[in-house]
Amino acid sequence: MSSAVATPPAPAGTPLTKKILTADHPTWCPGCGDFAVLASFYRVLEKLQYPHEKIVTFAGIGCSSRFPYFVNTHGGHFIHGRALPFAAGISLGNDELHVFVFGGDGDGFSIGGNHLTHTARKNVRLTYVIMDNSVYGLTKKQTSPTSPIGFKSKTDPWGAIDQPINPMRTLLNSGATFVARSHATQVNHMTEMMLRAARHDGFSVVEILSECVEFFEGAFDAAVPRKGGTWTLIDEKKNDHSPEDAQRHDPTDEVAAFKLAGQAWPGAFGVFYENKSRATKNALEADLIRKAKERTKGAADLALLQSTFAKMR
Amino acid sequence: MVSPNTPETPGGTERSSVAPRSIKDVVIRLAGNSQDGIQAVGGFLARLAGRSEQDVMTYMTIPSTISGGPSIFQVRMGTGDILSAGDRADMLVAFYQHSYDAHVSSLRPGGVLLYDSDHVKPVEEDRRFTSVACPITSATVEALGGTAKDKGKNMFVLGLIARIFDLDVAKLTTLIRERFAGKNEDIVRNALLGFDAGYAWPQNNLRDLFYRFEAIDQAVARSGRPQITLDGNSAIAYGFIAAGVRYGAGYPITPWSSIMETLRTELPKYGGIFVQCEDEIASISTALGFSYTGSVAITGSAGPGLSLKMEALSWATMAEMPIVVVNVQRGGPSTGMPTNVEQSDLMQAIYGSHGDTPRVVLAPKNVEDCFYTAMEAVRIAREYSTPVLLLTDQGLSSRIEAFDEPDLPKLMIDAKVDRSERSADFKPYPLDRVTRHAPAGSRIASGKYPTVTGLEHDELGHPTGSPKLHAQMNAKRREKIKALAATLPAPEHSGEAEGDVLLVTWGSNWGPGREALARVQAAGIKGGHMHIRHVHPLPNGLEAVFARYRRIVVAELNDEGVYGFGQLALMLRARLANPAIVSVCKTDGLTFKVSELVAGIARHIGHAALLESVGTARPSPLAAR
Repeated sequence: MSSAVATPPAPAGTPLTKKILTADHPTWCPGCGDFAVLASFYRVLEKLQYPHEKIVTFAGIGCSSRFPYFVNTHGGHFIHGRALPFAAGISLGNDELHVFVFGGDGDGFSIGGNHLTHTARKNVRLTYVIMDNSVYGLTKKQTSPTSPIGFKSKTDPWGAIDQPINPMRTLLNSGATFVARSHATQVNHMTEMMLRAARHDGFSVVEILSECVEFFEGAFDAAVPRKGGTWTLIDEKKNDHSPEDAQRHDPTDEVAAFKLAGQAWPGAFGVFYENKSRATKNALEADLIRKAKERTKGAADLALLQSTFAKMR
Repeated sequence: MVSPNTPETPGGTERSSVAPRSIKDVVIRLAGNSQDGIQAVGGFLARLAGRSEQDVMTYMTIPSTISGGPSIFQVRMGTGDILSAGDRADMLVAFYQHSYDAHVSSLRPGGVLLYDSDHVKPVEEDRRFTSVACPITSATVEALGGTAKDKGKNMFVLGLIARIFDLDVAKLTTLIRERFAGKNEDIVRNALLGFDAGYAWPQNNLRDLFYRFEAIDQAVARSGRPQITLDGNSAIAYGFIAAGVRYGAGYPITPWSSIMETLRTELPKYGGIFVQCEDEIASISTALGFSYTGSVAITGSAGPGLSLKMEALSWATMAEMPIVVVNVQRGGPSTGMPTNVEQSDLMQAIYGSHGDTPRVVLAPKNVEDCFYTAMEAVRIAREYSTPVLLLTDQGLSSRIEAFDEPDLPKLMIDAKVDRSERSADFKPYPLDRVTRHAPAGSRIASGKYPTVTGLEHDELGHPTGSPKLHAQMNAKRREKIKALAATLPAPEHSGEAEGDVLLVTWGSNWGPGREALARVQAAGIKGGHMHIRHVHPLPNGLEAVFARYRRIVVAELNDEGVYGFGQLALMLRARLANPAIVSVCKTDGLTFKVSELVAGIARHIGHAALLESVGTARPSPLAAR
């Protein structure tokens, strides 16, 4: 094998740049929305400047789930739909890590739907980016859980007949404490949403509409102004007591978030919901450990097990 | 109220004329309903035996319904090695008519039938047993007062048993106080009242029933450490803790759940976390995530849950991620017989997945071994960076045994996560070495961070479609398991080194196997017994041992299958191509009786006399002279 050392390593403290963070060349089709998500993610990491070794990029299976190969951080590629429980193990196993999970609509809303609900409700500290293209791309055009009714795929040649999932409603309902929505054609907005998600102390999720040019071209044009669509940003409350502020969206208001989620296609983009008060599972587990150690007066492991066995005599 | 009986005067004046008869061991079966607390009686007896340096082994069945329904607990206690829970009972305590009806046939001739005369009408003309009628229910109510109803019957019975077998009242009283420590004082008082009333039950019937266990042979070397008494699932949980496991994840399923309950409660004390997940797949995924952070994690289930975990288990083989997965086997397929024992998941453990997934499967032989096998499983997972399956069973899970306390200062592993900087030539998947992952959080000197992956990959973890690399990596994953096989000790082998028959067992069949060998040898047959703990990979060198016997009889609790062989037998035949390998299989949901093994051996070697002897029930040592 050739040497792994092409360039000298960046010493600790060297700013993380896109150049350092770039790994394998993406295998995506030319024009795929996922390229823009990747570019935004590099920008997010450049802004966050976490210690390089403490960033983890993980994914399940799908086109978008190839993501970790293209980012030079610790990371990996798990099985279809199960990246979230794996990432929960990472986050809870080492609280110092910054865990990012990437996946698609099939991974997140179909095969992994149950995991989305439970990782979200437990508020495990990690950031989940769903790159929704409304089609199974890697397997070449089958109906996905977000494919609109009428979408012609290889499994619905006459047009999809099943009611699709409303991603935002699903995410809000899951109990996620940070829920945002963006679009792969809006690099600045995507970057901002991912940045806020990363900084959120809890389970944060960003759904990004990311077009599959090969199998569902134009899927999200309705939100692209240069294609004749409407790009509607959520006007977030500024708490400035101005009369117009009363009309703005309060991201802590769950009912208002559900209302936004119920808007007609293509809906609005931005932060739907943000709950900063709910404790993370990371913190709750740490608290259990702290209380247990208080009760045992911080006894060493050997002494603890010995005393347990003494009770079994 | 204080106990009317002091330990100095066991039996009191009433029995001073009766000398206790010496017995080696006794099998007591308590039959009642699941809410009667008969498991508690068994537990007290087991712990008493542990504290008295008497060996003990218990057997328990519980119905799969939550409350109500028949339940039994069988305890065998005595002096010396107790290898199995005993085929038949020397004493049956029947709480209800259905208990009597269902279990009287388990009583050996000359045994003691002790029944609650408030509920049971035994067959009058049945003179095979010493019958003791005792109004257990009304006597308990009378002792405890009207509000207690019949709760406490179990303690009354414990008192009766203590009286009959001359048990150490002081030690039992201490155990009762310890058991209910921290509970309402009324509960402790009622328990002791019930116990005392049973102990003092003034019936002439008991006069002749007075036994004492033989003194311990002081020449038998013990470790010098005290005995502890626990069940197999607890032994596994504490074995993991001793092995340095601090993280795990699981989903409830019988009979695995108590392992996760123990770890959920215990791990925080050790700074660890056990996560109850939304399903079986999430559990193994979370456990793998924990392992990825550098600390070998565990998950587990029973067969149906293992089926769900299989895809992730194949990922663990491909990504070379260490993990230990427990399967507490129960009767299958599907929901099957969830509270019964079976060993029908061996092939699932070895091969049950997609792709070529060489993995390690260990099976503990008894409760004590559950502790050591759990430790070994973690060590192997760590050393070979591979998934390890710990294949235990329902029989072991709830069985209580007493054994020498493990030498913790020597055994305890302090598993520190190695997040040191990895050198510039670090490769996650080197072809010439065992994988040593760099857990997230470790700096890599080259600045190139590794990807762990389920895609076939090159040495650096990049996906590859190279046919050559796939073959090389498959070989790498296979060869490390073969390297492990080369290090495995020869399996435990007792009896004659050559002869007519070699009995081969695995898992919880060890004890009945040992006893069966003794009976086979007593019949003048040259035989041996081999017990295999490392069921995959098999230890090397078995062919030479097997070649020295005319018949190799493999006994296992699974079906003989389409080809007429149990699952281990099939493996052994495939591995050793030895046509002398035959099977003794059964799937009645119960552990092997020694007599069933002996009968199986007799049939395979064509020994009519031995077969005939199996049908003759031997009288109980409790039999009246």
